[in-house]
Amino acid sequence: MSDILTEGKTTAAPNDGLEVLEQRRSTATSYGIPLAVLAELTHRCPLQCPYCSNPVELDRSGSELTTEEWKKVMTELVELGVLQIHFSGGEPTARKDLVELVQHADDVGLYTNLITSAVLLSKEKLSALADAGLCHVQISFQGNEPVVADRVAGLKNSHEKKIQAARWTRELDLPLTVNAVMHRQNLHQLSDIIQMAVDLDADRLEVANVQYYGWALKNRAALMPTMEQIEETSRIVEEAQARLKGVLAIDYVVPDYYALRPKKCMGGWGRQFFNISPAGKVLPCHAAESITGLQFESVRSNHSIAWIWQNSEAFNRYRGTGWMPEPCKSCEFREIDYGGCRCQAFALTGDAGNTDPACTLSPMHEKIFKLAETEAAGGNNRFLYRNFAGGTLETEGDHGA
Amino acid sequence: MAGRNISVSEASRPKLPRHAKLRFDETRQVWVILAPERVLAPDEIAVEVLQLCDGERSVADMVDQLAAKYAAPREAISTDVIAMLQDLADKGFLTEAREKTP
Repeated sequence: MSDILTEGKTTAAPNDGLEVLEQRRSTATSYGIPLAVLAELTHRCPLQCPYCSNPVELDRSGSELTTEEWKKVMTELVELGVLQIHFSGGEPTARKDLVELVQHADDVGLYTNLITSAVLLSKEKLSALADAGLCHVQISFQGNEPVVADRVAGLKNSHEKKIQAARWTRELDLPLTVNAVMHRQNLHQLSDIIQMAVDLDADRLEVANVQYYGWALKNRAALMPTMEQIEETSRIVEEAQARLKGVLAIDYVVPDYYALRPKKCMGGWGRQFFNISPAGKVLPCHAAESITGLQFESVRSNHSIAWIWQNSEAFNRYRGTGWMPEPCKSCEFREIDYGGCRCQAFALTGDAGNTDPACTLSPMHEKIFKLAETEAAGGNNRFLYRNFAGGTLETEGDHGA
Repeated sequence: MAGRNISVSEASRPKLPRHAKLRFDETRQVWVILAPERVLAPDEIAVEVLQLCDGERSVADMVDQLAAKYAAPREAISTDVIAMLQDLADKGFLTEAREKTP
């Protein structure tokens, strides 16, 4: 039996979705039938996390796809062969039609996952989502206690609400993943966060180091961990994985800047997954709009989603290995990591077609490693909170919370 | 934590947990197990065993059934089935039937 991890979330993924599910194809085939789609229902969110994965230019509520448009999208996804849908945001529960959308996803046969901050959930709402066929709930946590967590979220009482919602999730017998986004200012809580996940009776814990695009890139100096923290983190995660086998599954996302090899971002550009933005843009990943100069098609265009997946310029631009320059072009790992992350290459080198500087073979690698060390030691802990106004700097005493 | 960290034996009555769904994927013409952030591709034998995991049948019943069907030594089948189910249980894709707590 083969286990396929999505989104390149661990570098130890033994297999690749396309290799396993479409064995007629070779690894070199540049793309297959997409496995999973991240549906960003809205960019509205009561939290203001400084590492938000949404683009700095947020979609306004007026541009969001309607209920009927999302339903049509989901029906099309199933025809295309998509198996899973992740409802995300912004905060997906800010959409009043979420139960109806989950019900439709279930009706057409999609496996549904809710990725939520949980602060807007009531037990009644969760219960309605469960009845509509929701398969799994993933709740983000910013720490293991309110002082750190509420400050990072930029919202008072958010931690307490999350704990409550996580308890309701398990009371309703819904499976729970705790998603802990880690950075310099909360890594000291990792052991306690692991214990919190066990106490909440979670099935799974994602220990995800911040990835630096968009908002997180703006906040990099305040978030970048030290090398010592990363070494300690790896030790804690490995120890917990062994100790909690069969109790809590722990997935670990290593930080790019301190890596030796780049991650197989999104399992390869336009290869297995895609993302739909609140306004209906079909994107190879949730950060793809940060790459200027690429045009992305919309579900509101005259094209089908299948056409966009197969034929659009943005999806084909960095597919497979044909686009690669050296050192990727002749690298023996080119079909292992597909050159890493295009958004990171763009953010750090100005050209999305360059080798991801997370790779030791990139001429930029040494420089970004040093940059990370310098920023981590710089002691700038002030956040720029994420919002529709382009961000608000944290002020002393009032943490935006 | 009921239902997790299970040790599979012939007396177990395993079933897939709510978050793991066994489905035939028409587009790709393969069986899949859908789980959070994961898709598993069970082989033919695994599919046959998993279809028997309904929370009512015991592993012993399953082994009897498979041994009869394939005219194979019961002991060998039992070892293979338990190893496969234990592996799935360790990954969190198999649970045991239990009374629902109120």
